[in-house]
Amino acid sequence: MSAPAVTAPAPPAASPSTSHDRQRVRRRGWAFHAVMVPLTLLWVAPMAFVVLISIRGFDDIAARGTAALPDSFTFEGFRTAFGEGAMGEALWTSVQVTVPAVILSLLLASMAAFALSRYAIPGRRAILLVMLAGNLLPPQILLIPVSRITESLGIYDTLVGLVAIHVGFGLGFYTFVLHGFMRSIPSEVTEAARMDGAGAFAVYARIVMPLCRPSLAALGALATTWIFNDLIWAITVLRTQAKFPVTAALLNLQGGYVSNWNVVAAASIMAAIPTAIVFFAFQRHFVSGLLMGSAK
Amino acid sequence: MTAVAAPTRRRRQRRHISPVVWLFLLVPAAIEVGLVFWPALNSFYLSLTRWNGLGAPEQVGLDNFRELFSDGVFREALGNNVIWAVGFGGLSVAGGLALAVALNKPRRGVGVYRSAIYLPMVFSLAVTGLFWRVQYQPDGTVNTLLGAVGLESLERQWLADPKTALYAVLVAAVWRQVGYVMVLYLAGLKGTDPSLDDASAVDGASAWQRFWYVTWPQLRGVNTVVFAVTVIDSLRTFDIVWAMTQGGPYHSSELLSTYMFQQGFTFLNLGYASAVAVVIFALALLFIITYLVRTLKEEVS
Repeated sequence: MSAPAVTAPAPPAASPSTSHDRQRVRRRGWAFHAVMVPLTLLWVAPMAFVVLISIRGFDDIAARGTAALPDSFTFEGFRTAFGEGAMGEALWTSVQVTVPAVILSLLLASMAAFALSRYAIPGRRAILLVMLAGNLLPPQILLIPVSRITESLGIYDTLVGLVAIHVGFGLGFYTFVLHGFMRSIPSEVTEAARMDGAGAFAVYARIVMPLCRPSLAALGALATTWIFNDLIWAITVLRTQAKFPVTAALLNLQGGYVSNWNVVAAASIMAAIPTAIVFFAFQRHFVSGLLMGSAK
Repeated sequence: MTAVAAPTRRRRQRRHISPVVWLFLLVPAAIEVGLVFWPALNSFYLSLTRWNGLGAPEQVGLDNFRELFSDGVFREALGNNVIWAVGFGGLSVAGGLALAVALNKPRRGVGVYRSAIYLPMVFSLAVTGLFWRVQYQPDGTVNTLLGAVGLESLERQWLADPKTALYAVLVAAVWRQVGYVMVLYLAGLKGTDPSLDDASAVDGASAWQRFWYVTWPQLRGVNTVVFAVTVIDSLRTFDIVWAMTQGGPYHSSELLSTYMFQQGFTFLNLGYASAVAVVIFALALLFIITYLVRTLKEEVS
């Protein structure tokens, strides 16, 4: 991560030519930072400005514009967003959707991946690819029928319906990734347990799942951000605004507080913080999860 | 396992597949069939009907598709989608690749730079959209910045101007995507052979030559994935446009996905919206297949 060596490794005895080289490398190092520092600041600037707006008062923004530096400091924006703007409730709704959806997805996907990776099920590669293909479909082709199907199952406009569609749509991808990992577990490990008379369920629960913990963590971090950040399924399956999870509620709030930029900024920060926490807590898992999804 | 032992083991396993294992596979598979494949098939059927959600759908054959091609908004959305795929894909790949190459070697500060650049990736597209809506306000940071460097003539209402709305949204989307592409390429670069790069450096190749002739050819696998993923993503794009412009003003930032959503859920033209969805599917299909073929190759090797 933070390797202290900026310059190229120098041989112990510095001849004139190597010290010259080192100078050149150091100058290149300066050029590198001279490009990267402004670029990074530019990247962070939109976030920084949103934070600055969120702690300004309404009058301050109205008088001096959204781009000015703060002249006031207040949590009024956050208070309004949390209470009147219903972001507090929406965050809780998102938790109620995300937690069961992630757990169920990973549970079901690990079961399917276990069956496909450990047993010679006929056509298993085709099954796996078809399941993955389901996840690659554009959601648009599912929206109208899904809203109809949830209606006929009596789960339209309920959080159960939203959890169900998250699980169904994500399954193929999670199965595929976990399958890749489970396949790498040497068959001797599970074979030995089977010899000792362990049934399929025991092998799954006591041997394979504990070994999968790293990839489950990575997928869990990834799935959490995906489900938490979802918008399109929420507005497809839910109609009652009081039941909206955080992203949908945020857009609603924005319509209601059109020129209250401090409230809008505060609300979007509240919607961003949970996924940012997951990201920082599981940074390494998160990145490896992304890679499993694509470089595999 | 030796090659000789494999077949007998496989035969024994097949005989022993217990009902529990079948259940393990069939429950998730049934859920996916019920919530993904069955609805997808339904969309194909609905695309051949006229339906407002009440009563029975009325069969109209290919009328919806015929109507689509004379529908000016649809054509505009299709054109915008092409601009979107090229702009979104091109800029995020160019940016992500350049940053990955720049930040590949460990040196001071690289960790900080990387984190800053892939941080936006964790925000939802809706949050990203609102973050940028704030910047695009008439008195927002973008206009203020332009004014500060003496380009007042470029100041405008970015999201309310039909000429700029689509591109304004595109910038926000690229801001979020670059970090993701960078992560993919960083992983790809880790897989390249550093001794080749060193050897060509010793032979006097310039940095550009080393990248183009040595590193780039080794990234072919990552390129396929990045290409397929960005095209599939750009056909799916919905949230950020919905959060920033809802396709407006005057459909100038309309994409196929937002048009489909409006037709289906605002106007309840369910058959017509399904036809748009089928077009999106058809366009995505080629890239889905590319991705799967590549996956299959990896699986085999």
